[in-house]
Amino acid sequence: MKTKSNLYRKESYYGYLFVLAPVLGFLLFTLYPLLYSLYGSFTDWDGLGRMDFIGLANFKEIFMDEQFHKASFNTLFMMIGIPIEIVLALLLALGLNRKMFGTTTFRVVYYIPVISSLAAISILWQWAYNGDYGLVNQFLALFGIEGPNWLTDKYTVKPALIIMMVWKNLGYSMLLYLAALQSVPKDYYEAASLDGANGFQIFKHITFPMVKPVTFFIVVTKIIGGAQIFTEINIMTSTGGPEYSSASVVFYVWQKAFGNLQMGYASAMAMLLGIFIFVVTLVQFKMNERSSRDLE
Amino acid sequence: MLSAKKFKISNLLIFILISIGAVFMIAPLVWTVSTSFKTKAEVFALPPVWIPETFNFVKYAEIWEKGPLLSGIQNSLLITLCVTIIGTFTSSLAAYSFAKLRFKYKNVIFMLLLSSLMIPYPAIMIPQFIMFSEFGWVDTLKPLIVPGLFGNIMMIFFLRQYLTSVPGAIIEAAKIDGASYFGIFSRIVFPLIRPAVAAQVILWFMAIWNDYLAPIIYLNSPEKQTLQLVIANFNATYAIQTDYPLIMAASFVALLPMLVIFLVFQKQIIESVAISGVKG
Repeated sequence: MKTKSNLYRKESYYGYLFVLAPVLGFLLFTLYPLLYSLYGSFTDWDGLGRMDFIGLANFKEIFMDEQFHKASFNTLFMMIGIPIEIVLALLLALGLNRKMFGTTTFRVVYYIPVISSLAAISILWQWAYNGDYGLVNQFLALFGIEGPNWLTDKYTVKPALIIMMVWKNLGYSMLLYLAALQSVPKDYYEAASLDGANGFQIFKHITFPMVKPVTFFIVVTKIIGGAQIFTEINIMTSTGGPEYSSASVVFYVWQKAFGNLQMGYASAMAMLLGIFIFVVTLVQFKMNERSSRDLE
Repeated sequence: MLSAKKFKISNLLIFILISIGAVFMIAPLVWTVSTSFKTKAEVFALPPVWIPETFNFVKYAEIWEKGPLLSGIQNSLLITLCVTIIGTFTSSLAAYSFAKLRFKYKNVIFMLLLSSLMIPYPAIMIPQFIMFSEFGWVDTLKPLIVPGLFGNIMMIFFLRQYLTSVPGAIIEAAKIDGASYFGIFSRIVFPLIRPAVAAQVILWFMAIWNDYLAPIIYLNSPEKQTLQLVIANFNATYAIQTDYPLIMAASFVALLPMLVIFLVFQKQIIESVAISGVKG
């Protein structure tokens, strides 16, 4: 009896030892900064020493702050890319799921932008969007369309960024769909076609329900990622675009915190962003629980 | 017979559509490479020149002098290698502990760590910056390396999942033979989970290599910057002089390592991404 409890004690000792590093890392580099950020959001923190409690003043100011409204609107607007990407990715995955020549090569080609550095991609697209000699307008010229100067026009800068992001991320969603499609049991399709179902009916009643969890996963991860969009904005429109029409929330937080040293104000905005993402993740957990119950 | 023929025609149509799409996917990259070899006249030529008359390697020599590209590569390599090598060790050790060892509050601790996946980096970056600036770490690589050494929660999560399929009997047998806990990890567990580790390492490596927000906050001096910042500065500096071949050459050099890694490990990468979606 005694040796067993000794053994157990030794095991739990090593158990704690082996998880020590990530636990410490979590406390030091995530939890502590998070709590500090939370406290900082109620202060006039300037990062240099001043940090007086000012209650909800930051949040009141944020709700009146037109630049914050613009940045939030832009961030949400650019999420229009998500449904576009999902539809294209699903169509692509359906195409590549057939027994066809060249599917492996296509998979690699469509995935190349995903692994490419976002900084490099932003640079080359910035140039592609150039009004005078950019690739995009030269392509449009083939059809007799005179394209705008995409990134300096407040009406086209967001669509331009959306197109670029769909281009960059399409391969990722495609891959997830492809994996989901390949896990659908073949007999489902065989049974359906024996029953005389047509292609559309098969899609509606078999394929679409079977890939629903993946669709949901993509939507949630895209919203979380989209809420944090920064790099492409910073590189392609370094001032936040014409009339601040491409600035995102993280871009504004970054400007306020590290440009204006308004750490308290920036923390308050970061907290709002954090709450948004937390809620989205929570919804995912809840929905996941429900869908796994449904399957049982 | 008829349906087989129909199948073939629809396959052909789909093949053509996907091929057109593939051209759009690859065109900007081809354009980057082609521009880097062009003369200035060819850059602004209308209609565009896809294949330059002579392949001009001048810019690939110039980029090393016109910006800190070499130190950028070195810094990025240093950060990614330190973090992935040490961080993978701490992560897999923790994953083993969470999956196979028995200790109190194990699940509570694990859930606590998992909850950090819900916290976006922008929500913690400001206090983190202040903390590291008090350590005197601003404008050094330390803020980009040190947090990663403590492990990666995503990796712990996936390795733990993977380990649950490893039968506990092997580990129990080794324990009876008198192997230490660390010995079990290094000689039995780690070799078993190596394929899963490899896939996760590649994904993590790419994420750090391509990171932009954290480096832009911490690194100011040109010689301290990571590759991504260096090319962004190339872009900002030389766009005014419309030296696009130079910018494109630098960008292509920055793209190349990931491209090579991807083409070599494409099977593993594609599989591990697919798994992350299905399991998530």
